[in-house]
Amino acid sequence: MGIEGIGARVARKEDKRFITGNGRYVDDMVVPGMKHAAFVRSPHAHAEIKKIDVSRAKAMPGVIDVLTGKELKADGIGNLICGWMIHSKDGTPMKMGAWSPLAFDRVRYVGDAVVIVVADTKGQARDAAEAVEVTYKEKKAVTEAVAALKKGAPQLHPEADSNLIYDWEIGDAKATDAAIASAAHVTTMKIVNNRLVPNAMEPRAALGHYDKGEDHYTCWTTSQNPHVARLVMSAFYNVAPENKLRVIAPDVGGGFGSKIFIYPEELVCLWASKKTGVPVKWVADRTESFLTDAHGRDHYSEVQMAFDKDNRITGFKVDTVANLGAYMSLFSSSVPTYLYATLLSGQYNIPAIHANVRAVYTNTAPVDAYRGAGRPEATYLVERTMETAARELGVSPAELRRKNFVTQFPHQTPVIMCYDAGDYAASLDAAMKEANYADFPARKAAAAKKGLLRGIGMSCYIEACGIAPSAAVGSLGAGVGLWESAEVRVNAVGTVEVLTGSHSHGQGHETTFAQLVSDRFGVPIDSVSIVHGDTDKVQMGMGTYGSRSGAVGMSAIVKALDKVEAKAKKIAAHLMEADEGDIVIENGALKVAGTDKTVPWFQMALAAYTAHNLPSGMEPGLKEGAFYDPSNFTFPAGCYICEVEIDPDTGVTKIIQFVAADDFGNVINPMIVEGQVHGGIAQGVGQALLEGAHYDASGQLLTASYMDYTMPRADDLPSFKVSTSNTPCPGNPLGIKGCGEAGAIGSPPAVINAITDALGIADLTMPATPQKVWAAAQAVKH
Amino acid sequence: MSDVSLTVNGRKVSASVEDRTLLVHFLRENLGLTGTHVGCDTSQCGACVVHVDGKAVKSCTMLAAQASGSTVVTIEGLADGADLHPVQAAFKENHGLQCGFCTPGMIMSATDMINRHPQGLDEATVRAELEGNICRCTGYHNIVKAILAASEEMSKAGKGKAKKAA
Repeated sequence: MGIEGIGARVARKEDKRFITGNGRYVDDMVVPGMKHAAFVRSPHAHAEIKKIDVSRAKAMPGVIDVLTGKELKADGIGNLICGWMIHSKDGTPMKMGAWSPLAFDRVRYVGDAVVIVVADTKGQARDAAEAVEVTYKEKKAVTEAVAALKKGAPQLHPEADSNLIYDWEIGDAKATDAAIASAAHVTTMKIVNNRLVPNAMEPRAALGHYDKGEDHYTCWTTSQNPHVARLVMSAFYNVAPENKLRVIAPDVGGGFGSKIFIYPEELVCLWASKKTGVPVKWVADRTESFLTDAHGRDHYSEVQMAFDKDNRITGFKVDTVANLGAYMSLFSSSVPTYLYATLLSGQYNIPAIHANVRAVYTNTAPVDAYRGAGRPEATYLVERTMETAARELGVSPAELRRKNFVTQFPHQTPVIMCYDAGDYAASLDAAMKEANYADFPARKAAAAKKGLLRGIGMSCYIEACGIAPSAAVGSLGAGVGLWESAEVRVNAVGTVEVLTGSHSHGQGHETTFAQLVSDRFGVPIDSVSIVHGDTDKVQMGMGTYGSRSGAVGMSAIVKALDKVEAKAKKIAAHLMEADEGDIVIENGALKVAGTDKTVPWFQMALAAYTAHNLPSGMEPGLKEGAFYDPSNFTFPAGCYICEVEIDPDTGVTKIIQFVAADDFGNVINPMIVEGQVHGGIAQGVGQALLEGAHYDASGQLLTASYMDYTMPRADDLPSFKVSTSNTPCPGNPLGIKGCGEAGAIGSPPAVINAITDALGIADLTMPATPQKVWAAAQAVKH
Repeated sequence: MSDVSLTVNGRKVSASVEDRTLLVHFLRENLGLTGTHVGCDTSQCGACVVHVDGKAVKSCTMLAAQASGSTVVTIEGLADGADLHPVQAAFKENHGLQCGFCTPGMIMSATDMINRHPQGLDEATVRAELEGNICRCTGYHNIVKAILAASEEMSKAGKGKAKKAA
C-alpha cells in the first residue's frame, strides 16, 4: 500500500468544496429563465377529489401556469411503479394500485401531490398554491397495517382486496412447526419495528429543463441513482426516450435510501417545463419532506424461536405485517421480503425457518428502503428474541449466541442466503473486551447505590450487501440488473479519470475510488478524478444503496484497472524492448523487473496518445471500461454492545458506552469506514430512543417537523468505540463486504436489550422515550 | 419592499427586497452565496448559521431587513484567502463531514462556540452547545473531535479572541 493506497487513512478530497461553501446541490443550481414550483398537496389522508378550481391561482401575481393531473394524464405521462415483482404464496402477482404523479380523482395520504403551480418566485408559487381550490369528499382513513387488514377497514385501491398487496412466504413451514412442537423451550414475542423518516439533511429537490430547440430534457435531482431515474422515467413514465433525457445528481446532501426512488416531483417538473416553456425548480421544505419522502420500517411481527434441551436453536417462525403506505414505492416490495426474511437466520445455525409476510396499504406516506432496508427489521427480531430467550433460559446472552454461531463456511441458511466468510466469535470477543463486559456487575452495583439503573445489551448482526447477482435478483422479481459499470481513462499526461455508476452523497467515493488507482499505478490521488452522477458523462450505472459501492462499484473499477494495466504494460514493454510479463509498476513508473530499465507512468501514457511507437496493431489511447456483476451477496457482520444508565425518576436513558466490533472484509479507507459506522449507529440509536413517525387516527402526521420528530442531537449520543476484525470476502476482487448500513442494523436491538436489562422487563416498544421508560420504571417499582 | 444595505464577507451590498425575504434567501438568491443552506424552516437544524456582527445566527430566522446595517460573515468568507480557517481545517482533518450539507452551519456554529470559550472546550460542552445543529451523517463523533481539535489549535495560536470580531 502506498501512502494514498488501499488501507490508507487519507483525508477526503471532496471536503475542500464542502468546508468552504462551494458544494453544488440541486437548490444551488440556476438556469437562465428558471422559475419556481410549489405543489398543492392533499390535506386529507383519504378523500375523493370532486373539483379542482385553479382560476384564482392562475390570476395571482407572477404565476406562469397551474397544472393538474388530468392534463398530465392527457399528455401520456405514466403512473409511478414498483420495480420488484413479488408473488403471493398462492402464485398471484402483487396488487399494485395506480399512483398518478398528480392525483386527479382520489387522494390517499396527507401530502399526496394534486396540483403544480409555476411562478416567477418561490414565494409567488406558494401564495398561488394557497389559492388553488380543491373540493374533497373525505373518506375514512386507516394508518396501521394490522387494522387495515381487518374486515370493514377503509379500502385504498380497487386492485387490492382487504388492502393486501401480497401474502408471501419463505422457508419450510412444516419443518418449523415440527421444531416448535418438539422444542424443549419456545420463546414467543410480539415485536413492533417503529416507522422512521429518513431525514437526509438536504431536502429533496428537482430542476426540470426542457430545451425546445433540441427537444431534449435535463433533470437535476437529489438522487442516489441518476441512471435508474433516467431509465424509469424513460421506460415507464414516458417523459422522453433515454437519449433525450439527461439526469444529473450533483452534490447530494445525504440519502439513506430515501433518494433512491423516483418521486412524482421530478417527473412533474420535467413535464411542467415542457408545458410552460421555462425551466422549473422545486425544493421541498422540511414538512414536505416529512410528509412525502418514503418512510422506513413499520413492521408488526409475531415470532417463535424453538430451542432443544442443550439450548440450540431448532426453529424460528415469523409472521410479519408490513405497512407499505398509500402507494407502492419503487423498491418497496423487496424490502419486507428478500431484503428481510432472507436474513432471519442471523449469525446462527437454524435448521428450520419460516416467515410469512403480508404487505399492506394504509393512508400513510409510502414506505421503502431506509438505511438497512429489511435487515434492521430482521436483526431486531433475531437479536431481541435471542436476548429474551437467554433470560428465559437463565443463561448468559453471550454464551447462548456463541453456542449457536455459524462457524463453518460456506454456510447455506434455510432462507436462500449462503454465507461465504465470517468469524462471529471474534467480533463478540472483541466487543466484550472493549466494553469491559466482565466488570459490568460492579458498575451496575455502583450505579444502583446512586439510585440509577444500569443495563447492558448486545446484538450480533449479520446483513447482506453488495446487492446483487443480476440473474439471482432477476429470478426473485427485480426489474433491473444490479451490476455496476466503470470506465478508467488515462489522459495523455498520465492523470486519470474514473467514471462510475455509483453515486456519492456523503460516502467519500472521490477519495476511496481514487485510492484504488493510486494503489495500482502509484499516481497521487490528486491526479485522479472521479466522475459520477451525470447520465451524459457516465453511460450507465445502478447507483449507491445497500452498501454496494465498495463491493460492486469498486469491483467494476478494478476490472477496468486490470485492462488498463495490461495495455500499459504492453506499451511499456514495447518502449523498453522487454517482455510484457517482466513489467512491474512501482512508485509511478513501469519497470523491467530485475533491471534498471524504467519508463515513468506519464511517459507511457503520452506514448499511448502520440502513437508514434506502439506495438504493431495496437490502437492508440488508454481507456477501458468494465461491467461487474457480483457472484454473491456479501455478508458484513459484527457485535454491538450498549451500556445504559436510566434515571428512574425522570425516565431519561443515558448511553454510557457504545461498542461496535465489525467485520467488513478488507477496508480501503479506515477513517471513512469508521465514519459510516458512527453515522449508522446514530440512526440506530435514534430509532431505539428518539425517533418515530406518528400518525393520528385521521391520518395526520403529527411528527412533521423537527419540532415534533426527535432527531438525534450531539448531546443524545456518546463518542463511539469502533473497531474491525476482518475476514476478507472471497466473492469480489478487493475482498470488501460493505459498511454503510451496519450501524443502523446492529444498534437498535443492542440499545433495547440494554434498557430492558436495566429495567428488568421483557420488552419496550421503540422509541424508548423518557415517558415510556419512566412509566416502565414506575411499574416495576410498584 | 425593503431597502437593505449590509456588509457581507467584507463587501458592501445593497438591494431592495420583498419585506418577507429572509436573510438566508437574500444571501443565497440575491448574492449567490449558496454555501449557506436551508434544512428545516423551523430554526432547528442550523444548516443556515452565519455570523451577524460576530455572533452565530440562524439566517432562516432573521429577515434580511433586520440584518440591514450589519456585518455578515458566511462560510464563503471564513477562510483567509487560500488559507483555511482552523475550524475548516479541523473538520477536514478529523473527517467531521460526510454529505457536506450541514457542514457550513456546523463550522459557523463551531467557530462561534470556540470564540465564546477562549479558555477551551470539553466534550460535554461541545455536545451541549451543538444542540442547534443537526447532522444525519456523522453521528457527531468526528464533529465533536474536530471542534475540540480546532479549539486547541486556536487557543495555541491565540486566535480564539482575535477572530471574535469576524
